[in-house]
Amino acid sequence: MPANLVPSAAEFLRLSPEILLTVAGTLMMTFESMFARKRALAVIAFAALIAAIGLSVAAHADQGTAFYGMIQVDGFTTFFRVLVYAVGLLTILISTDYLEKAKADTAEFFALLIFSIVGQSLMAASNELIMIFIGLETSSIASYVMAGYLRHDRRGAEAALKYFLLGSFATAFLLYGVAWTYGLTGTTNLSAIRRVLLEGGAGESTLLLLAATAMMFVGFAFKVSAAPFQMWAPDVYQGAPAPVSGFLSAGPKAAAFAMFFRVALTAFEPMKENWEPLLWASALATMIIGNFAALRQTNIKRLLAYSSIAHAGYVMVALTAASETGTAAAMFYLAAYAAMNVGAFAIVTHVARRGERYVEVDDMAGLGVRQPVTAALLTIFLLSLIGVPLTGGFFGKFYIFKAALDANLIWLTILGLLNSAVAAYYYLRVVVVMYMQPPAEDGNVLEAPTTGIAVTMWATAVATVLLGVLPGFVLDFAGRSADLAR
Amino acid sequence: MNLLDLILLIPAAGFLVTLLLPRENPGLVRNFALAVSLVVFVMSLGLIGPVQSNPGVYSFESNAVWIETPLIRYHTGVDGLSLWLVILSTLLTPICILISWNYIQKRVKEFYAFMLLLLVGVIGVFVSLDLFLFYVFWEVSLVPMYFLVGIWGHEKRIYAAVKFFLYTMAGSVLMLAAIIYLYNKTGSFDLPLMMNMIAAGRLAMSGTEQFWLFLAFFFAFAIKVPLFPLHTWLPDAHGEAPTAGSVMLASVMLKLGTYGIVRVCLPMFPEAARDNAPWIIGLAIAGIIYGALVAMVQPNMKRLVAYSSVSHLGFVILGVFSFTQAGIDGAVYQMLNHGISTGALFILVGYLYERHHTLEIADYGGVGTVAPWLTTMFMVTTLASVGLPLLNNFVGEFLVLQGAMQVSFSYAFFAAIGVILSVVYMLWMVQRTFYGETPEHVRKHVTDLDRREWAIMIPLVVLMVWMGIGTKSFLPPITANNEKTLELVTKPGGALNAAAPRLTEDSAHAR
Repeated sequence: MPANLVPSAAEFLRLSPEILLTVAGTLMMTFESMFARKRALAVIAFAALIAAIGLSVAAHADQGTAFYGMIQVDGFTTFFRVLVYAVGLLTILISTDYLEKAKADTAEFFALLIFSIVGQSLMAASNELIMIFIGLETSSIASYVMAGYLRHDRRGAEAALKYFLLGSFATAFLLYGVAWTYGLTGTTNLSAIRRVLLEGGAGESTLLLLAATAMMFVGFAFKVSAAPFQMWAPDVYQGAPAPVSGFLSAGPKAAAFAMFFRVALTAFEPMKENWEPLLWASALATMIIGNFAALRQTNIKRLLAYSSIAHAGYVMVALTAASETGTAAAMFYLAAYAAMNVGAFAIVTHVARRGERYVEVDDMAGLGVRQPVTAALLTIFLLSLIGVPLTGGFFGKFYIFKAALDANLIWLTILGLLNSAVAAYYYLRVVVVMYMQPPAEDGNVLEAPTTGIAVTMWATAVATVLLGVLPGFVLDFAGRSADLAR
Repeated sequence: MNLLDLILLIPAAGFLVTLLLPRENPGLVRNFALAVSLVVFVMSLGLIGPVQSNPGVYSFESNAVWIETPLIRYHTGVDGLSLWLVILSTLLTPICILISWNYIQKRVKEFYAFMLLLLVGVIGVFVSLDLFLFYVFWEVSLVPMYFLVGIWGHEKRIYAAVKFFLYTMAGSVLMLAAIIYLYNKTGSFDLPLMMNMIAAGRLAMSGTEQFWLFLAFFFAFAIKVPLFPLHTWLPDAHGEAPTAGSVMLASVMLKLGTYGIVRVCLPMFPEAARDNAPWIIGLAIAGIIYGALVAMVQPNMKRLVAYSSVSHLGFVILGVFSFTQAGIDGAVYQMLNHGISTGALFILVGYLYERHHTLEIADYGGVGTVAPWLTTMFMVTTLASVGLPLLNNFVGEFLVLQGAMQVSFSYAFFAAIGVILSVVYMLWMVQRTFYGETPEHVRKHVTDLDRREWAIMIPLVVLMVWMGIGTKSFLPPITANNEKTLELVTKPGGALNAAAPRLTEDSAHAR
């Protein structure tokens, strides 16, 4: 074999986090039966993710492409890798006790989680449409299973099925778009596509190219739950186990946005004028649908699902801005959103108790009296979701709308900001119930949060506040990495 | 770290420490919060000397980078405009803590923590010189007030709290958009820097830009003031809040709006301010008369006082948009007067409520015979509120009317109707509450002031008289500062516009 066909050590390092996690996931599946206590597998998964964070930081020191341009390690990649690994860590913390209580603490859950994260990590690192597709499918298929993980829960089964059917449909669109793009440009490499488009290599087939782009964007929009492809999200978030819902709203969504940004802003940037109006409309519709539908929800998981649609809308605003500041803003926002939303779902998991019997907003009644600390932390998350200053959510929104104004999207900014004022209503309703209504007197005690949940909620609360008081660190990194390698 | 930073830092630290105090010991919490607020008050008195000797510039200025990109600075300072408003806030906070001493029995710890956080928020708004920081404090002050109304308020508290939050939020998001727009244009959030740029002609805004930016800021401020017809949150929030909440809302938080108008809207967008003055004055006068008329028919004392605020704040807006020295001076003075006298009215109504557990005027009558001192205090405060000469409100209202008169006789005429109406609704309430037959239930429940209540009222009554006759102690720094603002606003037609075409290029560089 010629020497230049063998990937160099540096190239392996660039893919090492995914390699490590894949090996870890496979081993967990294989040797599952050897562990009497499934908790040990949680520990292994946890350790694997920490190691993966270390490897991605190491890979960051030596940036570049790997495996014939399939993988691109740049700041953007590292940012999202670390983000999805961190979300994975928190998900393990939340779900371990949850699964034990639900008597579903098998090893598959953690293996699936790891595989899902491998997929997301690939989505962030791919510079190539086929790789992106593989990453997306790896992540999605694992997620479908996780959504229906509690087999005897009918809502969970429904959620999983819906997620699977609609998700497959959307990925089919994506794949079809990829195929067309390949047919028109002769390549699936993002940088190469960009070159072809810049040189006008697609010739007279602009219309076909537009159709190809549109089909790919349908697939992406589905994954980030942007309108008009958001319908699945409320049912899936409501039906899936609460820790999984938290995971879905943070990890896969961030990774999906990562690939959406990368594809739109590298390969298809030359066609910006064509897709910008589409994204403009989609961003606005996503914000409006998410916020206004959330106003009427009584189930807290469903409420957070619609809220997550609304937040996807804000990130879509950043994408519509199609600029480096927009990309940096979206990166910051997704990190802040991951922190506050995983935190919120951790508390939802805690309050829902075994079998998720308490998932109505009204079940939060009196939390401010019964567990003041939990209530206070949830209040921080909700204030952050509203976008009140000194929380990460505020700075995220601020940067996004600043980028939008930079790009002269004045109406989108104004409508988006007014939307965030509407959003205040439904988040405040949860606060009202927690603090201003007496606890229900059904004699059901709410135990103290388990260690995993306590750690998660404190860690995410600290992160939320830190991002709101000292956003510089994350923001600087995002700003430096927003210049996507082309 | 200068005195002003400490004034912000100490209540912030106090807030955190209060949260850590033991829940089982409410006495400790109360004493701690009171001590913190008193320390802050005493320290804030230290601001007076330096500012009075140099009211036109920012004293105790701090300017440090908070966030690198986009450049957000912790830039604070106090001048003649903000000085008394800061002291009003620091004075009323210990008073509010004292009036809640017995009244607040539920979740004591959170209550006092929120009081201290509120203090941080409002002082922060008054002293921020960086628009971003201003916005941060603006929103931060919203959160504790939301909880104060929502947790410790009367029956309809939740509705009132949410309404209050949403109204303010709706206004402030537009302000945020305007702030970002200004940043994209100037590369800075720094207010004095932007003023300098305007003065030097390096920041040119077209008429349309000025108009929309002015409107975005003004809308946010007008909701807070509140300017008729954006006032509908106010009677609910004031009426439902616990006494301390009503006092802080009326005396301090409404001033955030009027302060913002004088601090930002006027100097930043002078032409838009001038162009829009007629309809704003129209709304202000409408508010003066409407507020007074609605106050007249309120059966509930708290709501009556709340509507009287709508009326009084109309005077402030009228004064500001008269663009005369007397008018603006009167407006700023009236902000303080309203803080003292309406605050005192809410406190006295709160005393009655603590005794008799009702706010309906019809449930009272002849209180004067059983609580003569309470009645006397109420009478003095009422007279101050309706603008009796020698008491504080007279000075403010007189100056505002004088300023309005200089612009148009009809402005002054219609506003003066509001003054007359205020006498009607206030005295009518006093008559129904304190005079006439004393029903048995009033005789049984209503007692006279105790020592704590005296201690609260005395400083306020002293201030009413002092500010009524000793104008010289308060007005000079205000006047000096307003002169500066006025010069910017009334600069002969479009010094900015003339410079604009040549300088748009410069402003591009400034980015």
